[in-house]
Amino acid sequence: MMNNLANILGKLNVHALPSSPITAGAVIGGSIAVLAVIALITYKKRWTWLYKEWITTTNHKKIGVMYIIVAVLMLLRGASDAGMMRLQQATSVGSAHGLLSPNMFQQVVSAHGTIMIFFAGMGLMFGLINLVLPLMIGARDVAFPFMNSTSFWLFAFGAVLINLSLGIGEFSAAGWLAYPPLSELKYSPGVGVDYWIWSLQIAGIGSLLSGINFIVTILKMRAPGMTLMKMPMFAWSVLGAMTLVAFAFPILTVTLTLLALDRTLGMHFFSAGYGGNAMMYINLIWAWGHPEVYILILPAFGIFSEIVSTFSSKRLFGYKSMVWAIWAIVFLSYGVWLHHFFTMGAGANVNAVFGIATMLIAVPTGVKIFNWLFTMYRGRIRFTSPMIWFMGFVFLFTMGGVAGVLMAVPPIDFQLHNSLFLVAHFHTMIVSGVLFGYFAGITYWFPKTFGFRLNEKLGKYAAYCWIVGFILAFLPLYILGIMGATRRMDHYSASLGWQPLFIVAGIGASIIFIGLGLQILQVIVSIWKRNETKDLSGDPWSARTLEWSTTSPPPEYNFALLPVVNQRDAYWASKHSKTKTENDSYSPIYSPKNTSSGFFIGLFSLTIGFSIIWHIWWLLIIGFLGLVLTIILRTTSGEHEKVITVSQIEKIEIPLNGGTKA
Amino acid sequence: MSKKSKILIILLPIILILAVSVWYLSGQNVAVLQPAGVIGQKERSLIFIALILSAVVVLPVYALTILIAWKYREGNTSAKYTPDWDHSRVLETIWWGIPLIIITILSVITWNSSHALDPYQAIASKVKPIQVQVVALDWKWLFIYPKQHIASVNKFVIPLNTPISFNITSDTVMNSFWLPNLGGQIYAMPGMSTTLHLMANKAGSYYGSSANISGKGFSGMNFTADAVSSNSYNSWISSLAKSKSVLNLNNYNKLALPSTYNRVSYYKNVPDGLFENIIMKYMEPITNGSSI
Amino acid sequence: MSSDIETIAIKQAAHVAEKHEEDSKTLFGFWLYLMTDCVLFASLFATYAVLHNNTFGGQSAHQLFSLPYALTETLILLTSSFTCGLAVLAAQSKRKNQVISWLSVTFVLGISFLSMELTEFSRLAASNNSWHRSGFLSSFFTLVGTHGLHITIGLLWMFVMIFRLYKGSIGRTTIRQLTLFSLFWHFLDVIWIFIFTIVYLLGGIGV
Repeated sequence: MMNNLANILGKLNVHALPSSPITAGAVIGGSIAVLAVIALITYKKRWTWLYKEWITTTNHKKIGVMYIIVAVLMLLRGASDAGMMRLQQATSVGSAHGLLSPNMFQQVVSAHGTIMIFFAGMGLMFGLINLVLPLMIGARDVAFPFMNSTSFWLFAFGAVLINLSLGIGEFSAAGWLAYPPLSELKYSPGVGVDYWIWSLQIAGIGSLLSGINFIVTILKMRAPGMTLMKMPMFAWSVLGAMTLVAFAFPILTVTLTLLALDRTLGMHFFSAGYGGNAMMYINLIWAWGHPEVYILILPAFGIFSEIVSTFSSKRLFGYKSMVWAIWAIVFLSYGVWLHHFFTMGAGANVNAVFGIATMLIAVPTGVKIFNWLFTMYRGRIRFTSPMIWFMGFVFLFTMGGVAGVLMAVPPIDFQLHNSLFLVAHFHTMIVSGVLFGYFAGITYWFPKTFGFRLNEKLGKYAAYCWIVGFILAFLPLYILGIMGATRRMDHYSASLGWQPLFIVAGIGASIIFIGLGLQILQVIVSIWKRNETKDLSGDPWSARTLEWSTTSPPPEYNFALLPVVNQRDAYWASKHSKTKTENDSYSPIYSPKNTSSGFFIGLFSLTIGFSIIWHIWWLLIIGFLGLVLTIILRTTSGEHEKVITVSQIEKIEIPLNGGTKA
Repeated sequence: MSKKSKILIILLPIILILAVSVWYLSGQNVAVLQPAGVIGQKERSLIFIALILSAVVVLPVYALTILIAWKYREGNTSAKYTPDWDHSRVLETIWWGIPLIIITILSVITWNSSHALDPYQAIASKVKPIQVQVVALDWKWLFIYPKQHIASVNKFVIPLNTPISFNITSDTVMNSFWLPNLGGQIYAMPGMSTTLHLMANKAGSYYGSSANISGKGFSGMNFTADAVSSNSYNSWISSLAKSKSVLNLNNYNKLALPSTYNRVSYYKNVPDGLFENIIMKYMEPITNGSSI
Repeated sequence: MSSDIETIAIKQAAHVAEKHEEDSKTLFGFWLYLMTDCVLFASLFATYAVLHNNTFGGQSAHQLFSLPYALTETLILLTSSFTCGLAVLAAQSKRKNQVISWLSVTFVLGISFLSMELTEFSRLAASNNSWHRSGFLSSFFTLVGTHGLHITIGLLWMFVMIFRLYKGSIGRTTIRQLTLFSLFWHFLDVIWIFIFTIVYLLGGIGV
């Protein structure tokens, strides 16, 4: 009987439940939180509302909000992992071995990197793009709204899967990129690496679909008159990033599949022996991984371009340079992946070529920074909290860039590779570049999305905490790196004299946590006092681009009349021109219907992933059939659009226009 | 709060932190910046050259940021305001051009130094190089002196001013052999042999580690490299030749089993071709059961 | 009153234009998807190129594959691409029965291709040359198998289209679907030509 049961559940059995008190605590805490949310929804009788307004929505603004909610939750999970790492490294010295076992520590390290890049970074990015991109180019939605909802649910269920590993089984302990042979079945026999593979695979396919979706949106759906060179810089940066997605994510899909085939079917792509080639994995994963860095950072650059221009009340300086810089970065980012493993011994010529290509990226990046500075030059700079994030970014990012140039020189990299110096370098780039950019973007576009601004005071305090905390947390890591400390250590000997620096880093991390706390407080306070910061004009920052020309929050269809554009910063121009444009009469708007298909595609993908991880083959068949049927039913079902009639539009628009009919 | 005290509040902690760190670090081994070998010393000068060149761009950026942010703040209504000025060919040429020139200089340096400091390239010296074979195991380092037929775990000794040629492989997952005081690291991969050339010119006992995650015993995978006079080196070699343990295939297979935080241990009578056999077992199927 | 009718007519015309716009978006999006699929196959080809000599003491491509067999597969697939084209032509002139028959021919050809591929797979597996054997065979099974998986998806897609055509008439959606499908099917053809050249032809002469 027990045997049969064991067969039915594949590798899954009671030992999969958490054994350490820390994970057990996290699981119990997490479960209680989930149950509390479920209870609250039931108590408030909001299930239908949740289903109709959110789960089945195809509206880009709501999907954007959901992305950001999931991403912020994952950011908090990733940050708590970071906290544990700092605690471990500050205490696990000499005869003390810290709170975490080596394996647990390595799981935490791997989870931190994976979650922060794939679920926090990518989530915030797609969230912001969804929120503002269509509005910014004067479109009513994305090109494929159903596919957009599918992308989101794949992302969300990928996040669910990675969190399931906390309670059922274990997570990968092979680092965030799971290099073989360590990640092969022989050396990692548990299910951890499988969780890593399948949560990334599911979320990754979602990202790939989003990439295609936004490229089509930008190229095909811009407002009449908005030629490419009249697009806001954010749209350009998204186009660059999504091009990278379209070219890079298929490589990730393949790489993860090959590793899964090795682990699940006993193939030998990356095995040690049997004709496998682990170096090929490292090449493949970085052929995706390096562009991925630019996927995350380009939209952040775009956000900074919008913010700097708006808060300096001045046109963006060097628009054409900026566009060229984006495409130079896109192009170059494919030619540098080898700099992640100069130490593999590829030979001096190869290393030198990749080193030089890497340094070249510093040029367009530097050009962007100079252009932002000269956007501020002779402007009227308002130091709102988005600008504080920007200032922090300029200082830290430039510093991190210098570290990057250092490591682009192969002989220097031989000394700094895989050290804490490297860790400090890429955290400087990603935290100050990506995260600060997205925080600034959230603050900036929050009033557009919800109709009221975030509390400025708390926002500024949070930014200061992040900047100071970051310096304290990561300067010691730069130094530790040049002292010879490698990354991912769970323990070191006391005689090395590293502990004081790790303690300082821990203090820095605590200050960052205070910053995070202030941000949570900021959201709560802002909702509480939302009447004080209500945005009635639709343009709270005196901004320049089209998203500010509609109401806050915008109606479902974004624009009752599609805006006509004849120059950059179209909205700024229309505010400052004396001639008012002739108003056209409204036409009915065709808007996508809600659909649950995206949700079910995500759910069945989760089922497939989970069943492969645990070898539950009957469940795999169910998941697979469910997925195929959902897609067939969706593609063969009838009309996917609904009509918003003129009278419905008038009902929404007339009160907004002060009672006059358009 | 006055503006001056605001600046003080920002500057004081920075100066304080700098002072404390300099004081603290002066008593520590900052391996990369205090190299004890020729390669490491050249790598350190490269770091300084690259830093100085980067400073040509970075310092103006910092200065400009502070100046512009200060001068064109909203409160300063006397500053010039040109909301539509968005292009200057001269300025943009400068900031495409100057970084490009600096990167070109750096590229030349990169090209030359990549060749000069190629870890595969032997170090020119009158002294005959010593070959050390390095095997990464779960989770310890095995150092084989093939000519001397001795081996040691987690510690090795080298004579000063003598080029050392390391051949590196792994009999487990990928690791990275890193000896920061002497300069450089290189991956240790199963089924492959990588090479690293180093030479010590300051006596001392130096810390080395695996820089690439390799499983649960990874953090304990450290070793010591002692750079000593050639007399001390010779006596170390002869003392090893008298050690109790023999590294035959049987003992090697026992040693290769996973173990964490290993003590230093020594072996004599290391058979010829052990290192090559370790590599070959990943290259073709094992035909006779007796090999490693 | 008449002006109202006029506005309605204008708005309907606008809606038709919007629908065309919709089709062009879908087509463009599908091209982009094909391009990402191209990158996917390129990665698999690269993998095969790296591993094709790593036989770990086993048989090589030259010893394992039969060129005439692969040539037959190629011809079947090429013919199916041709019949698929005929189905699209028939759809443009709204001849429903012809569309159904040409699609069915394509379907049968696709099935035959797939069964030939699976026969080869089982032959290899039976002679102890399955994917467990070596890095080379892993990459062979994965590259060819991924193409086969795409063919399977294409077959499923055709099946659904044939079924829908039986039930309904040829409308805008059908033509759009058929256009996308034929793009997909031709794309698989091109990929197969590469597989044929790199795996079977170059493998056959022992490169």
